[in-house]
Amino acid sequence: MKARDLTELAVRNLREAVLRNSLTTLGVAVGVASLVAMLSLGVGLQALASQRLTRSGLFDAVFVTSQRDFRGARRPGSETSAPKKEARVLDEDARQQLAKLANVTEVYPQVRFITEVRYGGKSPTTSVLGLPDSSKGSGAFEGMTGSYFSSQIADEAILQIEFAKELTDQPATLIGKELVLRYAERAALSKESGGNGSFLEGMMGASMPGGISIVPREKTLRIVGVIESDPSAGIGGFGGARVFLPLETAEHLHVAQPDDLQAFLSGDPAKPSYMALTVRVRSPKDVPQVEAAIKQLGFSTFSLLDATKSLRLVFTVFDLFLGLFGSLALTVASLGIINTLVMAILERRREIGVLKALGATDRDVRSLFFAEAGAMGLFGGMFGVALGWLIGKALTWGTTIYLHRQDLPGVKISYVPWWLALGAIGFAIVVSLIAGLYPAARAARLNPVEALRYE
Amino acid sequence: MSIAPILIQAETVSREYRLGEAVICAVNGVSLTVRRGEFLALLGSSGSGKSTLLNLLAGLDRPTSGAIRVQDRNLSELDAEELARYRRETVGMVFQSFNLLPRMTLEENVELPLRLAEVDRNERESRVGEALERVGLGPRRQHRPSELSGGEQQRGALARALVNRPTILFADEPTGNLDSVNGEQILLLLREVQNFLGMTIIMVTHEKPLAERFANRIAVLSDGRLVSEGETK
Repeated sequence: MKARDLTELAVRNLREAVLRNSLTTLGVAVGVASLVAMLSLGVGLQALASQRLTRSGLFDAVFVTSQRDFRGARRPGSETSAPKKEARVLDEDARQQLAKLANVTEVYPQVRFITEVRYGGKSPTTSVLGLPDSSKGSGAFEGMTGSYFSSQIADEAILQIEFAKELTDQPATLIGKELVLRYAERAALSKESGGNGSFLEGMMGASMPGGISIVPREKTLRIVGVIESDPSAGIGGFGGARVFLPLETAEHLHVAQPDDLQAFLSGDPAKPSYMALTVRVRSPKDVPQVEAAIKQLGFSTFSLLDATKSLRLVFTVFDLFLGLFGSLALTVASLGIINTLVMAILERRREIGVLKALGATDRDVRSLFFAEAGAMGLFGGMFGVALGWLIGKALTWGTTIYLHRQDLPGVKISYVPWWLALGAIGFAIVVSLIAGLYPAARAARLNPVEALRYE
Repeated sequence: MSIAPILIQAETVSREYRLGEAVICAVNGVSLTVRRGEFLALLGSSGSGKSTLLNLLAGLDRPTSGAIRVQDRNLSELDAEELARYRRETVGMVFQSFNLLPRMTLEENVELPLRLAEVDRNERESRVGEALERVGLGPRRQHRPSELSGGEQQRGALARALVNRPTILFADEPTGNLDSVNGEQILLLLREVQNFLGMTIIMVTHEKPLAERFANRIAVLSDGRLVSEGETK
């Protein structure tokens, strides 16, 4: 029999015992719904965690340092280095070179310094951090009062709320106001203006540059936002600071940094080097390739790649268990299909005999029962996906209400991707077909003479 | 007048059933020849083995021993798939209890053998219409079996048996559930089918007068054996 005829007959047969078949299909739907709801929860939570962690800059960033760096922050065993064939300086040229690597989206230094802030007669000392443009999409500044920087070169600042409270009792009123930063600017000295350079020249050779000078400066900035929570910290993250500036603005201040001494000793204070650079990549999966490329250039790298792998492992196990629990309901539903089809064989024994007398093969009869089981799986699967999606929505809705009561922003904890919807329908059909195996084989085996004799 | 070729040849056919320890021989060494275009009546009392023999000839059952040759095929040597094809392409069947599927309309019931034979959809409609017109049920095509009288149901079953244009029509007590008027109508239709379509008809009945009136030949069975065989007048 042709597939279309088979389907028509199967659907017709299902329609005839509508109550029983609907209840069986509903059983499948409930099973699929539980599976979809469970897995959508797993997928949603994984997406939520991945999104938050990726935004934090923990997993899509490579922390780059020079191999000849003398940082005190170096942790033995926590970073990997290429063979020390050439120890390169992490300067502007290196930054440009890193930015050109495949899958690298952004390269920025960490410009962080301690400064004095003057506002309304108060002059507290605090930590300032330059923010790269990518921080805008990091989620760290969601729900802030005011707005993000208008540009990367804007003379604007965002304050952490605790610091804002030090300046005024009503932090929101700070928006649009101006504050003044007092900081130490680094300036390179030529050999001629180097003054006391002759002693160093004597000690270190004729190639010794003039040196660097530290000059006190002031910078007026407009407050554009107040952030309530501490922005996510991480490798190259934005945590710990209390005043935030656009990165380019911060860089242009040429604030004296601890690594200026290193630059001075390395030979060219006019060409600043960085203590460390953060390289952001397109996706966490690009980290190994980018990390290898950076090592090839002669730098040390550090990333949290292993942590990403662990995270994925945890979620895979989590999904597996959710899927198993969800599948249990579908297994129970499959027993319903077996029961319904076995009952149908008893009721339709004579019909099977007639079909065989008219020339139906065993395969035709088997296929008919298979098609009926498959149709129940298909309809149950589709209805179940819709039901599971609604359960997921209800879970998200309930969670959001609860979080709002706790003064926390709502989150989407359930997500039904297309592959889950299609996979669940496919799984329902497969389970239904497996459930239909025995009844279909039994129907196909019926002796037509005995079946026709059945009353 | 030339003699028609042999269509069916049963050679010492037996069919035994096991009932616990006992072996029941429903058909016992029957040899029978049926010629093309013949109307053969299998006559016998209840339990004589006539329906069992009909089922064997129709390919619904297999003999325990012996051979049934139809158009150079030995039915006992065919596998299940080939036997189903034989029933689908060569055989049409009419039963005592009509056996129309109650969930389907008359039209759908008649269409069923065409679905099984994978006949093209466009052709099906005309063939169903043709078969229903032949039995006088054209206007009743959308009715369900429960909405038809016994005679109409049997005519519907006859249309279903004819729709695949079989070579042999097997009828198992086709008048058994009908009154005399409807019974006669069915037998007239069978004879019309024999005469106009040249179809071979094998009918099981226990009504000797009807068999003598409509069949060309009668074979009488008793206790599974063929006890007499002869032409009707």
